[in-house]
This record gives sequence, structure tokens and C-alpha cells, in this order.
Amino acid sequence: MGEHHGPAKGLTRWLYTTNHKDIGSMYLWFSFAMFLLGGVFALVIRAELFEPGLQLVDPGFFNQMTTMHGLVMVFGAVMPAFVGLANWLIPMMIGAPDMALPRMNNWSFWILPFAFALMVSTLFMDGGGPNFGWTFYAPLSTEYAPPSVTFFIFAVHIMGASSIMGAINVIATILNMRAPGMTLMKMPLFVWTWLITAYLLIAVMPVLAGVVTMMLFDIHFGTSFFDAAGGGDPVLFQHVFWFFGHPEVYIMILPAFGIASAIIPTFARKPLFGYASMVYATASIAILSFIVWAHHMFTVGIPLAGELFFMYATMLIAVPTGVKVFNWVTTMFRGSITFETPMLFSIAFVILFTIGGLSGLMLAIAPADFQYHDTYFVVAHFHYVLVPGAIFSIFAAVYYWLPKWSGHYVNETLGKTHFWLSFVGLNITFFPMHFVGLAGMPRRIPDYALQFADFNMISTVGAFIFGFSQVFFLFVVVKTIRDGKKADAQVWEGAEGLEWTVESPAPYHTFSTPPKV
Amino acid sequence: MSAESTYYVPEQSKLPIFASIALFTTVTGAGMWLNGSGYGPTVFWIGAFAFAAVLYTWFATAIRENMQGLNNAQLKRSYVWGMGWFIFSEVMFFAAFFGALFYVRMYAVPWLAGEGDKESTALLWEGFEATWPLMTTPDQAVNGAEATVKGPGGIFGPWGLPLLNTIILITSSITVHFAHVGIKKGNRKSFQWWLLATVILGATFMFFQAEEYYVAYTELGLTLESGIYGSTFFLLTGFHGAHVTLGTIMLLVQLLRSYKGHFKPDDHFGFEASSWYWHFVDVVWVGLFVFVYIL
Amino acid sequence: MFKKRLFSGLGAITASSTALAEDAQRWGVNMTEGVTDVSREIYGLHMDIFWWCVGIGVVVFGVMFYSMFKHRRSVRKESATFHENTLLEIIWTVIPVIILVIMAIPATTTLERIYDTADADIDIQVTGYQWKWRYEYMGEDLSFFSNLRTSQDEITGRSQKGEHYLLEVDEPLVVPTGQKIRFIINAADVIHAWWVPALAVKKDAIPGYNNEAWTTINEPGIYRGQCAELCGRDHGFMPIVVHAMEPADYERWLADKREEAAVLRELMAQTFTFEELMTRGEGVYQRMCVACHGANGEGGVGKAIAGSPVATGDINAHLDLLVNGVNGTAMQAFGEQLNDLDMAAVLTYTRTAFGNNMGDSLQAVDVYQFKAAQ
Ligand code: HEA
Ligand code: HEA
Ligand code: HEC
Ligand code: CUA
Ligand SMILES: [Cu+2]
Repeated sequence: MGEHHGPAKGLTRWLYTTNHKDIGSMYLWFSFAMFLLGGVFALVIRAELFEPGLQLVDPGFFNQMTTMHGLVMVFGAVMPAFVGLANWLIPMMIGAPDMALPRMNNWSFWILPFAFALMVSTLFMDGGGPNFGWTFYAPLSTEYAPPSVTFFIFAVHIMGASSIMGAINVIATILNMRAPGMTLMKMPLFVWTWLITAYLLIAVMPVLAGVVTMMLFDIHFGTSFFDAAGGGDPVLFQHVFWFFGHPEVYIMILPAFGIASAIIPTFARKPLFGYASMVYATASIAILSFIVWAHHMFTVGIPLAGELFFMYATMLIAVPTGVKVFNWVTTMFRGSITFETPMLFSIAFVILFTIGGLSGLMLAIAPADFQYHDTYFVVAHFHYVLVPGAIFSIFAAVYYWLPKWSGHYVNETLGKTHFWLSFVGLNITFFPMHFVGLAGMPRRIPDYALQFADFNMISTVGAFIFGFSQVFFLFVVVKTIRDGKKADAQVWEGAEGLEWTVESPAPYHTFSTPPKV
Repeated sequence: MSAESTYYVPEQSKLPIFASIALFTTVTGAGMWLNGSGYGPTVFWIGAFAFAAVLYTWFATAIRENMQGLNNAQLKRSYVWGMGWFIFSEVMFFAAFFGALFYVRMYAVPWLAGEGDKESTALLWEGFEATWPLMTTPDQAVNGAEATVKGPGGIFGPWGLPLLNTIILITSSITVHFAHVGIKKGNRKSFQWWLLATVILGATFMFFQAEEYYVAYTELGLTLESGIYGSTFFLLTGFHGAHVTLGTIMLLVQLLRSYKGHFKPDDHFGFEASSWYWHFVDVVWVGLFVFVYIL
Repeated sequence: MFKKRLFSGLGAITASSTALAEDAQRWGVNMTEGVTDVSREIYGLHMDIFWWCVGIGVVVFGVMFYSMFKHRRSVRKESATFHENTLLEIIWTVIPVIILVIMAIPATTTLERIYDTADADIDIQVTGYQWKWRYEYMGEDLSFFSNLRTSQDEITGRSQKGEHYLLEVDEPLVVPTGQKIRFIINAADVIHAWWVPALAVKKDAIPGYNNEAWTTINEPGIYRGQCAELCGRDHGFMPIVVHAMEPADYERWLADKREEAAVLRELMAQTFTFEELMTRGEGVYQRMCVACHGANGEGGVGKAIAGSPVATGDINAHLDLLVNGVNGTAMQAFGEQLNDLDMAAVLTYTRTAFGNNMGDSLQAVDVYQFKAAQ
């Protein structure tokens, strides 16, 4: 049964493939395309907010942009990027020949372009696309929604199916396909964080499917889940949504923790400090993530006891996350550090994610959240954990492993240029949002009072700088793949792990016979 | 077959892309249908049949590979993990609905009557009383006959059909277990009879469930539209019923396979997976019986 | 981290330098202290946590920058090899827990206070509509809607934006200082949230449920806020203005309102000339309808009024539409939002203005009878 086949030729290679590396590449390219698309939506938002008054778009369309931006970035950019990395890296890191269920793996991927085609096509339907925010609170998303919401619901359904299958595949691969000697506590942290992420996905994606199903029934079949007149409650929607939604935000950060834990030791030339405690901390974050959801709902009128419970539980998450941050810092301490592009992105990740985490902690203080909630302070918080958090970790991963994938070194000057452009652009964009948020600017508005004008203008300028630097990133990647310098197997001198034992580019099939660990 | 033999990584496959296209067609058709487009049903059914055909081919391929001896013990474990966590995801799907039920009963309905922490809500729904089952909706309490959302005319007690159905399902869990014992002992006849019995019990359950729905709609005025009671009742029992149907089909397929001579005492994962699914469906029913019918 | 410092730095500069005071106002960078005890407590909490975060940042990033500087390759050829220390792990688990407890204690007391809505002097029912607020003084037979007053011209840039651009309403909520006011908050359609930063009150308005919040305002003044939950197209255009007065002034205002109501009741019984109805109707239209139907009846969110088959059709059908709205669209039931006179006026106006030229009219009593017959 001929292994050691090279890839097939032409389009069918991609359509029919069962190879984890091909599938990983498709995920990554898809995700990047979605990142640009979601970014363009963001730029529409920022352009409208450049100055007070309505200039470019109708408020209804503005809401569609906000909604689509959130949805596309979360489900189209960040999650598929991590799945792409999982596909490329997990089998190579644990010495497996491929993912456990290769055909299903391909299916998980190919659902996505269809799901997003369906989702984005709603923008062109009668009455416009979803305009109720990525959190789609009922009854704005049910009784008062445009008809295209039906397609949005089904898009979420099939996207969820894709995520669940992807997660099952990851779990089966990690638990069943490790090379002999690769015990659980020897696995690289990226594998660990993905294992835990996969559990989160399996636990919460079905809940998301459940809540959109209830919406579907309220809209088309006359049920009253979110309608007080029939005995339901709009707030029920929020509870179910955030039971999914909060773990979802950790789904978008745990793999990033894994990436940082791979890169920082390499460039500090020192083993990761506190491996075991990193594993336990990741697990604690995941477990806690199930009992904090109502911190998104401090103002909906939850009874005092509930409010207190969710406040305390949320604050607790700072402890295991702190452990991770301290471990990274201690890994760097007394190392012998160099600052290649992946390291720059990882350091920025640690610093800026921590800033985002600390503002998260401020949000967790329920009485203070009464002032922060639904303002740009929240927008600042989550962009700090998502953009220099999730997105920077993905950049770091790409710079770190691209030589292994493509067989070519990245030009460091280009990489560092991308880093500094992004770093500066991002802070110009999102830092002022703290100020306007505290000063009282609500989120999801197309027009604002005059006292917010100056910072908004700065944000918009930053957004275009940041957006431009991502087009530059595309250039860097394409240039590397086409004519970067030929890479060795051991791309980085300090790097450890099975993936560095195979040549660069990694052969189409690796570890058909398991390596000895 | 030795466990050390290489892991079978299938070469290219057309199945996934076809499955994606079929799924996309199905949901697009469903969306068009619900939004009142005349082409909706056609698109939906084309998609659904295509999807069923792809799945059929897919499973047939997986079975063929196994019979050809391509699957080593490790690969089989992958299937085991896969099925196990798939069932867990289904558990969470139902958890969302059960969660909704508990929330409504413990918080929403009492609050609407001004109990607990939302005293002043009583101002909005004067005359509304918190009861479960909720026979009179808040809308009805305020608007009487004018109300748009009205409660059900009647509901089912637990000790009639639902109890019978509980017994049927629990029995079927036992029969499927005996079938398992049969195949493990290599007793094909016993396996087939017990499996047949299970399938029949499953179908009987569905028959009674359909009967119950018929009564609900025609006699009791208990519908999807009759307030939150009808909503939770039909969503929970409806999705459960859909899962029983799926489970029955899965078991039926295994039965047909066994007539074709599939399965060995030590190699019958297709059946085992279906039986796990069946037990899961059964456990969900017990939850339903307790929380929807009895309490 | 240096960003954090920038944050505090900016704060320090703006606070200390009088020359920059005006800029600080314009470049608002921090939460308002507000004008109630609760809002001050929250501000205090906010600043406390903020400084804790700055402190943590200084320590963490301090060590990090130290390592980046002192332990870089060009300075230190060989790295250390340690990678475990249980004591350290315990320390940096326990210290954060202690910090969190220190934060949680005052947060808990403040929260308990915020939740104590008992013993209010005044109860006000606040209802969110797409996209306006309605205030009902419970037990006073007084209620009114509060609409955005900023003109479309300002929004679309055809005229200069005023000082309180987007934060001004036609009828502010008027309340007395020094008394405990309880807000009973709900919504008529989708979820909204009633938020006034200076009072530190933000509470979601949930259709079908009443939420409660309270405030006691210490200083008279005009406090502005906005709807804080995405509620559809014009979510950004439903401001809140609270006018807090000395109790004596408040009583006077209340008396005026009662008188106004009495005058209105009298007016209702009168018969108006066509011209009078047209003038009044134009005012109502500009206030209530223009946002959706346009200054010239050309339509927008709503259908065009100019040449509309309804506005040029059967007058009773027209009235029916205005009173009961169009279900499932933004066109609400204005029956409860407009008094009978204003309803008759705007109906008359829209039938004749914008080239509709119907020339017919209704009186307040006709509207009254129509409603009574429903
Ligand atoms: C990757 C995504 C991500 C991550 C990791 C986080 C992490 C956290 N988030 Fe965030 N959050 C979002 C994404 C994320 N969030 C999004 C998308 C929203 C908005 C959704 C919407 O409404 O659209 C949101 C909104 C949000 C809210 C609701 C705000 C509101 O709407 O009013 C709250 C409230 O508690 C919150 C809290 C937290 C906390 C406490 C953490 C913690 O996990 C952070 C922990 C980290 C640290 C604290 C820093 C490092 C720790 C140390 C250095 C140790 C020392 C620290 C102490 C002793 C304190 N988040
Ligand atoms: C991972 C998630 C993620 C990421 C990466 C981003 C990235 C960005 N986001 Fe974010 N955002 C969210 C998740 C994310 N966002 C979420 C969840 C919300 C809440 C939504 C809601 O309220 O419902 C939100 C909301 C949100 C708002 C608030 C909107 C509102 O409340 O109305 C704003 C406003 O500035 C904003 C801005 C930006 C900007 C400028 C970027 C930049 O980083 C984008 C960078 C730009 C590009 C990458 C574009 C590059 C492309 C080009 C320059 C053109 C080239 C074109 C082609 C080649 C075709 N976002
Ligand atoms: C929030 C938006 C909004 C406001 C405010 C509003 N309308 Fe409308 N109006 C609509 C919409 C939307 C429709 C279209 C309804 C439909 O689809 O039939 C409409 C329809 C109408 C029609 C029927 C037009 C036709 O030809 O079918 C009339 C007449 C009308 N409105 C008058 C008014 C008047 C008078 C006011 C002010 C008192 C007003 N509207 C305020 C949104 C609004
Ligand atoms: Cu009302 Cu937002
Ligand atoms: Cu959260």
C-alpha cells in the first residue's frame, strides 16, 4: 500500500488530499484569506469612525460590518489558523505518520470554504446580512432579524460540524498515534495545549449548535425560547451563548500559549521553565473557563449571588494564566537570548497579551464592569488578547516553522520589518481605545459624540498601517516560498523536537515508521 | 494481524469534497425552503440524497478497507476514540437543551410571576402565575383570548405512553447488550435475533412517539407554538426522536451487514459503535422521562 | 508595559498641568468620577485595580526587559540550564491569589450596595424602544418619550455639529437631587441598556422582564449617556439625558408638567383649523418621523411618505397604520407615543405635505374615538 508517494499533481491534489501537510497548508491559506477579508471589514468600520458624523456607510450596513468582522475573524481567521498549525505540527511533533482520521480531516477543511461562502453571501441578500453583532443576542437576531439569518444559522451549524470533527481528529491523533516512548509528559506544549483546546471545542461547539437551533425554531416554528410572552427569556440566549462563548476565547488563546512555549526556549537557549506546571495551568484555565461565562452579562440583571460567583471565578483565571506568564519570563531569565523574527513576535505576544489580560481582570470586577461594559474599553481588551495574542502567535509560528514547511529561510530583514510595522500599527490602533472606552464611548456605533473624535482618528490611522503590514506579510511569505535561501533540517540552533529531525522541507510523508524517542 | 504493522493512511479520496458540496446544498436548500423560496425543497432534497449517498459510499469504503485487512489495531483504536468523542459532542448538544429547560423552570418562569429576584416583573404580567407545566402563558394572563402565544390545552402524564416507551427503550438497551454478547461468543444467530429485537423495539418506540405527537397536535393542542412548555417539550423529545431514528437505522445497517457475513467475534466495531450510540440515546431518554415527564 | 506607563503618564500630565487641562477635557482618557457615592466608589475601585495592574506590569515586564538586556546572546554566551523550582511556582501562585482577594473585598461591598434597590423615594419606569426611551413617573400620571434631538443635517455633515452632538434629547429625564431614585427598566422590542456614566448606572432593558437600578444624585446638573446594547440600526442614536435639580425645582417642574397635561386635555376637546393642524403636524413630523421618513418624506428606513398609497388613501386606514404600526417592521405603533392631538396633526400634515395634497384632516376627538373603538 504505497506510502512514500509524493503529492498528486494539479487541483485534485488539494481537493482529494488526505495528507496532513496539504490539509494544514490549505487551512493556513484559507485562514489568511479570511484574515484579509475580516480585516477589510474592520477597515470599513475604522474608515467610518475616522471622524464624527455619517460619511461612508449606512448605520445598518455598519452593523453588518461589525458582525461579519467579528464572525470572520473568530471563526474564519483564528480558529482555522490554529487547526492548520495543528495539522502540520502535531503529527510531526509526536512522531505520527499522519492525523488519525485523514479523510475526515480533509472533510473538516472543505466544509469551511462552503460555510463561509454561505455566511458572507448573506451580505448580498434581501434585507442585508446579519446585523446583530457576532454575539447575536435574541430577540434582535430572531424576531427582528433580516431573513438572511436563516442562512447564517445553517452556516454556523456546518462550521461547527467542521470544528467538532477537527477536534475529534486531534484528540484521536494525540492519544493514539504517539511514537513509542513519547509519553504524555514528554509531549511538546503545543501538543498539550491543542489536546486541551480540542476538548474545549468538543464540549462547546455543540452548545453553539444548540443555541442557533433554538433561534431557528423561534424564527420559523413559533417556539418561545427567547420570548417572555410565551414564558421564555431573551437572557436564556445569552447564558447558552456565553457557555460556548467564553471557552471559545480560550480556544483562541491556548494554542498560542503552546506556540510561545516552543519558541521562547529556542531563542533563550534554555529549556522551558516549569513544563509540568504549564500543563496543569493550561488544564486549570480550561476547566475554569466553563464556570465564568456570565462575566459577559454582569449588567443583564443576574441575582447578586450569581454576580459574585461569576466575578470570583473569573478573577481566579488570572492565577493559572499568571503562572504561564511567569514561566515564560523565567525561561528568558539567564538565558542567552537572540531576537529573530519568531522571538520578537513571541516577546510582543507575552507583553501585549499580558496587558490585555490585565484589562480583562479589570473587566472581571463586576461593579467596575458596569462602567466598562459595552464600551471601547472592552474592544481594547479583546483586541489586545486577540491581535497581539492569537494573531501574533500565529505569525510567530509561521516565521518559526515556515523554513521547515517550505525548505527556505525567511529573510530576517523582511520579517523584522513586518514585525515592527505590525507592532507599531497595532498599538496605535488599539491602545487609544482604552481611553475612549473609559471616557464613555459605547461599542457598535457608527457615529459618536465629539469628545471621542481625536482618539478615533488615531485608531483609524493605526488600523490602516496595521492592515498594510499584513499585505506586506503576504509578500514576505510568498517571497520566502519562491526564492528564500535553502534551509537545513535544524533550522534554529536551539530548537528541540522531532520536527527538526526531518529534512527541510519536510518530506510529504514523515514517520511512516515511528521514530524512537 | 500485528499491531506493529503500518498505520493505513488512505491515498486520495473524493468523498470529503463531495460530502462538503452535498452538505452545503442541503443546508442552502433548507434555508431557501424556510424562507419561502419555491426551489427550496428541490435543492434540499437533492442535497440530502447526495449526502446520504456519499455517506453510504464512505462507510462502505471504510468497511471494505477493514475487510481487506488494511486496518491495524492502532487504526481501529482511532475509530474507537472518534466514535467516543462524537457521542460526547452529542451529549453536549442535548446539554444545551436540558440547560434551557432547567433555566426556564428555575428562573425564567418564576421571575415572570415576580418571584425571587425580579419582583417588579410582576407589573408587566399581571395575573400571571408560575406553574410547571406552564399551561397559561404570560401573554394569556394579560391578554386573555387575544394572546398570540397560548399555552397547551393539555399535556401528557408520565405513566401512560411515556412509561411504556421508557420500558421499551431500556429493554432495547438490554437486548442490544445480549446481541453484543452473542457476537463476542461467535454465536451469529443469537446476535442477529437480539439485534433484530432491538431494531423492532426502536421502531416501536418511534411509532408510539409519533402517536403521541399526533395526539398532542390533534387533541391536546400541545404544539411547538404553545409557549415555553411546548417549545422545550418538542425540542427535547423531537431531537431525541431524531436520534432514535438515526440509531435504529445504524443498528439496522449492522443487522443487514451481519446477514452478509460481516463481523467477527473480535472485530465488529461497526456494531459496537452503533450500540454505544444506542445506549447514549437511551440515557438521554431516561433524563427526558425524569425531567420532562415526571418532574 | 511602557504603554501602561504612557497611560499613567498621560494621566499625570493632564492632572498636574493647568495649561493642558482643556486638552485633558477634550482628550478624555479616564473614567468619570461621577456625581453619586456609588459612582465614586466604582471610580475608586477602578483606579485601585488599575494601579495593581500597573504594579504587576512593572514587576513582570521589568524582569523581562532585564533579561532581554542583560541576558542577550552578545552579553551572555552560555545560558543557564535550570528549568524547575517548586518553591517559586508556589510563590507565584499564592501572591496573585492574595492580590485578588484584596481586590475582591471592596468589589463585593460595592456590588452589594448597587444591588440594594429597597426604600426608594421615587420610582421611574424606563422603557427602551427602537430607538428612544420612555420615562414613566410611577404614581404621578406622568410619562413621556425622549428622542434624539440632533438634526439629520448635523449627522450627515450638512451643518455644523453642536456641542452636545448626539447626546441631546427633546425631553430629558428630570429628577431631584438627594433622593433615592429607583429605575425599573425594561424594553418594548429588543434589548437596550440604560447607561449614564456620571451615575454609574448601566442596566440592560430586557423585553418582558423588569430590571432594577437606583441612584442618589449629589449635585444638580445635566448628565448624558447612551444606549449601551446593540439594538439595531439606530443603536448609536438613542441618547439619555438626565437633568438633576434641587428638590424644590423638581417640584416646580412637576407642577408645570401637571398643568401642561391639563392644558393638553383641554386642547384635545377643541377643534383646530387646518392650518393649525398643519403647523403642529410639521413639528411632530420633524420630531418623531423624520429619522426614518426623511425631511421631505422621501423615505429611508421607512417607505416614502411622498406619494405613499397609505398617506394618499383611505384616511381611516392611514390612521390605523399610525396608531398600530406595521408589525415586524421599524414602523411602530405610535398610538401610545403620540397624544391624540399630535396624532391628528401629523396625520393631517403628511396627507397634504410632500406633494400629497389630500387636503383632508382629522381632529383629536376623531383619534380618540378611533382608539376607543379598538
Ligand atoms: C483570546 C481571547 C481572550 C482571552 C484570553 C481573554 C481573557 C480574559 N478575559 Fe476577555 N474577552 C474576549 C477575549 C478574551 N478574553 C472577548 C472576545 C471579549 C468580548 C466579547 C464580546 O462581547 O464581543 C471579552 C470580554 C471579557 C469580559 C466582558 C466584558 C464586558 O463585556 O463587559 C470580561 C469580564 O470579566 C473578560 C475578562 C477576561 C479575563 C479575566 C481574562 C483572563 O483570562 C486574563 C488572564 C490574564 C492575566 C490576568 C494577565 C497575566 C497574569 C499575570 C501577569 C499574573 C498576575 C496577575 C494578577 C495577580 C491579577 N473578558
Ligand atoms: C481574532 C479576532 C479579531 C481580529 C484579528 C481583529 C482585528 C481588527 N479589528 Fe476587530 N473585532 C473582533 C475580533 C477581531 N478583530 C471581534 C470579535 C469584534 C466584536 C464584533 C462585535 O461587536 O460583534 C471586533 C470589533 C471591532 C471593532 C468594534 C466595532 C464596533 O463596535 O462597531 C473595531 C473598531 O475599530 C475593530 C477593529 C479591528 C481592526 C482595525 C483590526 C485589524 O487588526 C485588522 C487588520 C486589517 C487587515 C488585516 C486588512 C488587510 C487588508 C488590506 C489592507 C486590503 C488588502 C485586500 C485584499 C488583498 C483583498 N474590531
Ligand atoms: C423607526 C423608524 C420609523 C419611524 C420613527 C416612523 N416610521 Fe413610518 N414607517 C417605517 C417603516 C419601516 C415603514 C414601512 C413599513 C412596511 O414595510 O410596510 C413605515 C411606513 C409608514 C407609512 C406607510 C407608508 C406606505 O406607503 O406604506 C406611513 C404613512 C408612515 N410610516 C408614517 C409615519 C409617521 C407619521 C411617523 C411619525 C409619527 C413615522 N411613520 C415614524 C419606519 C418608521
Ligand atoms: Cu437601544 Cu442600543
Ligand atoms: Cu469571557
